[in-house]
Amino acid sequence: MAKIIVVTSGKGGVGKTTTSAAISSGIAMRGHKTVVIDFDIGLRNLDIIMNCERRVVYDFVNVINGEANLRQALIKDKRAENLYILPASQTRDKDALTVEGVERILNELAADGFEYIICDSPAGIEHGAFMAMYFADMAIVVANPEVSSVRDSDRILGILQSKSRRAERGERVEECLLLTRYNPERVAKGEMLGVTDVEEILATKLLGVIPESETVLKASNQGIPVIHDIESPAGQAYSDAVGRLLGEEVEHRFMSVEQKGLFKRLFRRSA
Amino acid sequence: MPLLKSLSKKPSASKSAFRLKGGLFPLTLLEISHYERADFEQQLTNKAAEAPIFFNQTPVVLSFEEFDGDISTLPLGELVNICKAQGLLPVALRNSNTELQTQAKHIDLAIMPVGRVKPSKDVTEAEPETAPPENTSVAEKNEDTDEPNAARSAEARSEFSHSPTKTVTTPIRSGQQVYAPGGDLIIMASVSAGAEVLADGNIHIYGALRGRALAGVRGDTSARIFCQSLEAELVSIAGNFKVDEDLRKDHWKSAVQASLDEHTLCITPLV
Repeated sequence: MAKIIVVTSGKGGVGKTTTSAAISSGIAMRGHKTVVIDFDIGLRNLDIIMNCERRVVYDFVNVINGEANLRQALIKDKRAENLYILPASQTRDKDALTVEGVERILNELAADGFEYIICDSPAGIEHGAFMAMYFADMAIVVANPEVSSVRDSDRILGILQSKSRRAERGERVEECLLLTRYNPERVAKGEMLGVTDVEEILATKLLGVIPESETVLKASNQGIPVIHDIESPAGQAYSDAVGRLLGEEVEHRFMSVEQKGLFKRLFRRSA
Repeated sequence: MPLLKSLSKKPSASKSAFRLKGGLFPLTLLEISHYERADFEQQLTNKAAEAPIFFNQTPVVLSFEEFDGDISTLPLGELVNICKAQGLLPVALRNSNTELQTQAKHIDLAIMPVGRVKPSKDVTEAEPETAPPENTSVAEKNEDTDEPNAARSAEARSEFSHSPTKTVTTPIRSGQQVYAPGGDLIIMASVSAGAEVLADGNIHIYGALRGRALAGVRGDTSARIFCQSLEAELVSIAGNFKVDEDLRKDHWKSAVQASLDEHTLCITPLV
């Protein structure tokens, strides 16, 4: 039985695609057969972050329309074994997605032995985002520690629990929060919302806190999901989050200001 | 019958001499079924003798929904004078007859749209013999509270109090709206900013109230709102409301109840 996980946020630019790439890579690296689907039809980005942009021949919409079969459209990731990417179409618009079409493809993927299906949602609360979340068993809501992002995440959680297929059947979608671009120093100065503030407002389980890091941008530009950068705090934080997602007990890190002693500062500088 | 009015001039130190506010007030309908001067005067005098406190400058709306006879020849001015002599103050007319509406304009009566609901029997009904049993109890309450409004709100209350309570156990997210028609609303979680909860009766929130809460939306002035942490955008009872900036002054982020005291919304701590 495949588990369908939607990565969503409401607001754009908070790190949905970065998270989709990192989480799907992380799950696959732990030995689970995983596929990540880009639902952002018309504005496809996932293939860039996964560095498979030039390998796209057929896409999600082609498969829905029966112009290609799944096997032709799925791209095997070069870094993580067990990981496949189903890219979005760049030339169509989001109306190309239909409930029946998406359902058929999800069923085919499940029948193909995929254990995890990660749906990378577009921003907004329109058709594309709705299609990405409709069949989800679980939602990873990505938020930045700022008021407008938290508000939009709250809205998305409301839509998720009232409009998704599980909601229609009277069940709940498992929900969890991933806080990205977190900067403990700015939180300490009162310039940014803290983890506890966000948790209190959203009243949902915390999957992880990804610290703000230059390595995230660098990784995106190079087309290497940041989880592969095991040296960077962001990569480690994603790895912890994947562990929690798979049911491990992992303590939260990178949430408080690091106490830098003189020795450590000198050491850092020389390193 | 609840009726929306905008009034209230508040003499204060601030520059503007008045402000317009929306208010919901229960108003009594004087439903007249037939009119013959001597008979009407006699019946009204008898009724006034039964409940003298009620007949004390009490505003009423003249209604002719069930009028038997030719309404266009009705001497409206004469009827109004009889009412005034007995301590009733007709403030408005509810009838679509143009002849009658012209008469109403001459004697400064407001014109109300004709209601779709069948008017209920009232304390001020013209025929005491057919009066429903509640009449006496209302009149009694009326006398010991020495307050005509209390009688009317008690009557309004009995209309709502037998309806079921709606209970919600999940957070109410931004953009969601929950309404408990005809009864109380219990929410066993927080109400997010941008969410709206409404009830004809009371609202209980076992969590933080960050959105909007409107109790007694059909005019029940005895409705209350309870919450564990007041962080609301708006709190309203029977159309009397306070917004965020007024609410911040006292008991912000503490457990409170909101109730109505003479059309003034009062916020009092729960402990």
